[in-house]
Amino acid sequence: MSETRDTWQKPPFIANPVIRWAVYLGAAVYFLWVGATMPIDWARVADGLGRAGRIFGGAFPPSFERSGLLIDGFLESLKIAILATTGGVLLSIPIAFMAARNVAPLPVYYIGRFVIIVARSFHPVIVAIIFVKAVGFGPFAGVLTLIVYSIGFVAKMLAERIEEIDFGQVEAMRAAGAPFLSTMFYAIFPQIMPRQIGLTIYQLDSNLRASAVVGIVGAGGIGATLANAFGRYDYDFALAITIVIVGVILISEGVSGMIRKRIG
Amino acid sequence: MLKITDLVKRYGGGDPVLKNLDLMIEGESVVSIIGSSGAGKSTLLRCINRLVEPTSGSIELNGTELTKLRGKSLRAARRKIGMVFQGFNLVDRLTVMENVQSGRLGYISTFAAITRRYPKEDVRRAFELMERVGIAQYADTRADQLSGGERQRVGVVRALMQDPEILLADEPTASLDPKTSEQIMGLLRDLAGELKLPVLINIHNVTEAKEYTDRIVGMRYGRIIFDDKPAALDREAMDRIYSGSPHADRSEDMREAS
Amino acid sequence: MSSIAEQFGREDWTRFTPKQRWRRFAIFAACALAIAWSLSSIEVVWAWVWGAPAQMGDLFGRMYPPDTTNLAEILRILWQTVNIATFATALATLMSLPVAYLAAQNTTPNQATLWLGRLILVTSRSVNTIIWALLFVAIFGPGVVAGIVAIMFRSVGFIGKLLGEAIEEIDKRPVEALEATGASRFKVIAYAIVPQVMPTFWAVAILRWDINLRESTVLGLVGAGGIGIILQGAIDTFNWPEAATVLLAILALVIVGEVVSAFLRRRIL
Repeated sequence: MSETRDTWQKPPFIANPVIRWAVYLGAAVYFLWVGATMPIDWARVADGLGRAGRIFGGAFPPSFERSGLLIDGFLESLKIAILATTGGVLLSIPIAFMAARNVAPLPVYYIGRFVIIVARSFHPVIVAIIFVKAVGFGPFAGVLTLIVYSIGFVAKMLAERIEEIDFGQVEAMRAAGAPFLSTMFYAIFPQIMPRQIGLTIYQLDSNLRASAVVGIVGAGGIGATLANAFGRYDYDFALAITIVIVGVILISEGVSGMIRKRIG
Repeated sequence: MLKITDLVKRYGGGDPVLKNLDLMIEGESVVSIIGSSGAGKSTLLRCINRLVEPTSGSIELNGTELTKLRGKSLRAARRKIGMVFQGFNLVDRLTVMENVQSGRLGYISTFAAITRRYPKEDVRRAFELMERVGIAQYADTRADQLSGGERQRVGVVRALMQDPEILLADEPTASLDPKTSEQIMGLLRDLAGELKLPVLINIHNVTEAKEYTDRIVGMRYGRIIFDDKPAALDREAMDRIYSGSPHADRSEDMREAS
Repeated sequence: MSSIAEQFGREDWTRFTPKQRWRRFAIFAACALAIAWSLSSIEVVWAWVWGAPAQMGDLFGRMYPPDTTNLAEILRILWQTVNIATFATALATLMSLPVAYLAAQNTTPNQATLWLGRLILVTSRSVNTIIWALLFVAIFGPGVVAGIVAIMFRSVGFIGKLLGEAIEEIDKRPVEALEATGASRFKVIAYAIVPQVMPTFWAVAILRWDINLRESTVLGLVGAGGIGIILQGAIDTFNWPEAATVLLAILALVIVGEVVSAFLRRRIL
């Protein structure tokens, strides 16, 4: 061996040094500049510690005195979730077919995709405030909101499943001279059904979670109860509601996971 | 010199995997351990560097008793024991150089390890060894880009970077094709000679064991039942090593006991 | 199993056995009952329901054309929204590292720390960002701090859980190899575990950033900063044309966010 190298450097993640340093510098400048110019009232934030003490002091022990209100709120959330899941899933099926590239003609495909993108892009809370303004406070606005929310997820996943189906089965049905609907029922539905059931159960769970949130802007359910408790500084009741929400979410997640595993 | 005395290893409450085992390895010899699956070869090797905790007995490496070590002193002892694995056990997403330098982790500072600022002499040593086994051109390549034989060479260099006093190889060629397998065995034999290093190899392939090692230890169900020059390994010895079942062996124990 | 002769002799066929049919029927009945119960007992003024399509049409009619006079201000706050999401994601990612370390069975020091890690994850994940925001607005007062902290608190659980699972699923052989070289625990983590979870780490951080972008658009509705404040203001004053502009801006932001995160994911992984 002649001369052996005695230095080594890890090959950099971005090979081009100009781009590399630009990225590092850009990130540093971004965080420093934005961090420094954020509109933060530090004096008010510094108050926070004392306030946190008072809030948590007021929250303990959680108060379950008005458990009637709590249960009513929850039942309403559950109803909202059930109806929204039913409506959302029923609407998702045609939309998913519209948004599946292998079954829908191109213009229809674009419409289907557009509906899904819009439904997915808006946070349920934004959808909720619009519905609250349009149809008034209460659970109906919540149901409409979560229908939109369900379409965003279920239709998207279902469309992806439809795009993956084995088209040979469809061709076989067509070759046997089956009419359009029979083809759908015999060649396409059996292929998407397991996924559809799994998605429905998942979405019911998801809607139950979301219904706790949309209530905060007036769309009914336990969220409305929580927002009221916060608004009236009833922190002990708010904590009780939060604890129950967390408990129900954990149970619902467990049950939905179990059912999906058994079906899956 | 490695001296194992009365080594016992028992998993849970079951039958011991190693039964009062004695073994002595002197000088710079290449020793292979053969035996069917479940004979305890892998457990024996792992007891030496304490990846597996021995139940009782003593293991001495150049005067240091290994079985009683804990924490820092155990790590210091492990630095002196290189190990090559069947599955190579490389960190796939790191470069070959980082994998090789990971053999030095016991020596260098944490800061140097994290910032990848390896000491100059370590880098030179790494390049020398990689040159020696023919992988120097891959220093900057990610480990998962290499072929099996190349990956095992990285594994060997990593172990040698530890500056070991003994090299353990656990089925180093079992994941390789026959040709590559021969190359790796040849490499281990040659390196043992060049670096004056005792090497202990677990191996399934008896032909390779005979060709590349100076001494063969045959194990059956936790016992050493053969220990001699390769030439002495005849048909009859082979049959004794590879026949029987754990159950038959146990009933033999009972007959002896009664 | 019936005999072949029996099978040939039959001319009726049903898809399901009676037991299967009963089970299916029971499940359907349960679903139908649940829906019927919900429909009959939910507190809804049905007259409003029938009027809803007209109301919605009317609303969207009033949104057109979108009013862009305040566009500069909207874009400024939109940028603030992005900053809230980015800062909160960055901080949450850093904070989730020790939590993931504690919550992964193969790295956590002992049982107590394992449960501590899991408790942090469950608490963080089960409370929605908006609920966290309600709390932090009460603590820190309205503004971006409450928003950033709220998103952080929710994200730590999400990132920590996925990262912890990634740590539990690593290939254990390199860990064994590095332990055999006599490397300390910390160095083994740095060399054998960190490189293996890096791809998941980046993927999860990017995914969460994308989600946080959406979440940060609604923080303003409870006073925690971001574009939601303008939206709330526009809606409360029935300034529907401006609300339309804000909604379009949010739509654009979310789509750009998705494109950016898809690009980053492809670059990094």
